[in-house]
Amino acid sequence: MNEITGNEIIHQYLRHNKKFPHVLCAGCGHGIVLGTLIRAIHTLAIPKDDVVIVAGIGCSGRLAVYVDFNTVHTTHGRALTFATGIKMANPKLNVICIMGDGDALSIGGNHLIHAARRNIGVTALILNNNIYGMTGGQSSPATPEGSTTMTNPYGQLDASFDTVALARGAGANYVARGTVFHVKRLEKIMVEAISRPGFSVVEAITPCHTQYGRKNRYKTPVDMYKWLKKAAVPIDRYEEMTEEQRTDRLPIGVFVAEDRSGFEERYLSLQAQMRAKGGK
Amino acid sequence: MARPRKRKEIFALGNEAVVEGALLAGCSFYGGYPITPSSEIMEIMAARLPLTEDGVFIQLEDEIASMGAIIGASLAGRKVLTATSGPGFSLMQENLGYAIMAETPMVLVNVMRGGPSTGLPTSPAQGDVQQARWGTHGDHPIIVLSASNVQECLDMTITAFNMAEKYRTPVILLLDEVTAHTREKIEIPNPGEFEVFSRTVPSMPPEWYKPYEETVRGVPPMPPLGSGYRFHVTGLVHDRNGFPTQRPEEIVELLERLHRKIDQFFYDIQLVDTIETADADVVVIAYGSVARSAELAVRQARENGVRAGLLKLKTLFPYPRRQTEKVLAHARTLVVPEMNMGQMSREVKRVNMGRASVRTINRIDGQIVTPSEILKVIMQG
Ligand SMILES: Cc1ncc(C[n+]2csc(CCOP(=O)(O)OP(=O)(O)O)c2C)c(N)n1
Ligand code: SF4
Ligand SMILES: [Mg+2]
Repeated sequence: MNEITGNEIIHQYLRHNKKFPHVLCAGCGHGIVLGTLIRAIHTLAIPKDDVVIVAGIGCSGRLAVYVDFNTVHTTHGRALTFATGIKMANPKLNVICIMGDGDALSIGGNHLIHAARRNIGVTALILNNNIYGMTGGQSSPATPEGSTTMTNPYGQLDASFDTVALARGAGANYVARGTVFHVKRLEKIMVEAISRPGFSVVEAITPCHTQYGRKNRYKTPVDMYKWLKKAAVPIDRYEEMTEEQRTDRLPIGVFVAEDRSGFEERYLSLQAQMRAKGGK
Repeated sequence: MARPRKRKEIFALGNEAVVEGALLAGCSFYGGYPITPSSEIMEIMAARLPLTEDGVFIQLEDEIASMGAIIGASLAGRKVLTATSGPGFSLMQENLGYAIMAETPMVLVNVMRGGPSTGLPTSPAQGDVQQARWGTHGDHPIIVLSASNVQECLDMTITAFNMAEKYRTPVILLLDEVTAHTREKIEIPNPGEFEVFSRTVPSMPPEWYKPYEETVRGVPPMPPLGSGYRFHVTGLVHDRNGFPTQRPEEIVELLERLHRKIDQFFYDIQLVDTIETADADVVVIAYGSVARSAELAVRQARENGVRAGLLKLKTLFPYPRRQTEKVLAHARTLVVPEMNMGQMSREVKRVNMGRASVRTINRIDGQIVTPSEILKVIMQG
């Protein structure tokens, strides 16, 4: 697929009655994630009516309004709870959450671990830009130690979450990490995440130059993409690296890929069993 | 003439009656988190819903998630319920506001216990009345109902679902621990003996559908997610298409419609029972389990020659102003007994505007207000 067809595809999925321009800054990576999501849905040929995008609050959460699916822009951190209700109410729907790192890992952290434990058939996209973008650059649980932010002006003291380890530990069925520099790979991950049963977590590393980069040694948005290019290494290569080589490196790829059935499927089969036994 | 079909009678807790009412009203989705004294509602739903054709029961990680899940399920077309008590009710407030803004039908039962904080987990109170009215932030309308006995728990739950669906809004049913945990005989109405209202769905082709368009009732039709009407749902102030807006005229249009769709149907929403009020000099205004004590006190006062009456509030908000005005035409004294420091009496005083003398009886010790306490105040005139 070349660039031009890619764009044509995207236009088929945008809401043209929504007044553009969009809210994102120049150089923001969030739009690239949305593009890969659209192409993944297109590749899977899922009808628009069957897709529900459930978004949290943040610059990331704002993405939902632009796309021509069923879209639900929820409350900060709670996207997964709405998604759980939607999936249980109608398991035929493809439910995809778009969340920020603050959204998913801080205020919504409890919902993330329980969605994973429950293995609900929802895809969780976490757009990790290491910062609270929308509210002006305060620290998130994914802000790297030592960074300068509006709420850690003298340097971040606490360690940041490893989203992958968290999701895996909590029991997600599929866990992957990609970046907006490695678009093709991210797109492949999304295709897989959406088509798997159970709970899928995709962490997309995406730069926020406006609120994070320019206050932390990245002079221009381009510097941030260069950083992604350099920092990201495929899992197998990462495994072979020494502890020293791993400094400032980020493994990308698929970490967990299982086929355990989702909570909604297990609920439905229990229901069928109980009813066959003589419930009415 | 066909003889009316005999109704099934059961011996039930208030909380059980809520479940019966919900299932009769068409509820097929329960999401919740356990808390005394509401847990029986959740436990019975856990046993019943999986045995129904499409019933979904899910225990969530907390009350915030419970609200998210039922709102999501409602958007997907289900009639939904959650139940909680004080601390959980506090956690539900943010998403309650979302449901108001996104016009999502849902029923929330709050079985009141003593507060604030963890308070008195197993004792009755009526301390959440004003929280039910104003607990979520911002200007908003809300429907709050209550029940004073087990039969009413069933009936008012059906009413709560009907109002939620009719007006596309969350409805709060406030019970107190006494009503929820009283066991008594109730009748289960037969199908056809009660109204069941379901939300209006759009009939126009999807390309003509504007999700938040003005309608005569002020309530736009609501399609379930995935039915071909793709639109945007948000807690942000939105235009008729559902897209965020900051234009003053669009902000006002939305917020006024949200209020008007409730305000213009007060006659349908404000429910009260009147007992001996027609000629009453002294009128007790009460709700929940306290209304039972009040009824007894009123009867005893009549036996003692005092023209007493009871205005039992089944709708707490929007406050039944018209029905209160009616008793104010002749009442010299209003008595407002409550298990709180005086939350409903504020509404009564607001309507009364100094006409009758308003006597309050307030208990905050985890005990019910007794008939004799109320009688004593009635007899003082
Ligand atoms: C309950 C609540 N608390 C705080 C906020 C304010 N708020 C809005 S977005 C946001 C953080 C967004 O950061 P993130 O989730 O990382 O998304 P990003 O903007 O970076 O994409 C916060 C704190 C809110 N809307 N709701
Ligand atoms: S503030 Fe950051 S996350 Fe938000 S739009 Fe700008 S670059 Fe993107
Ligand atoms: Mg962020």
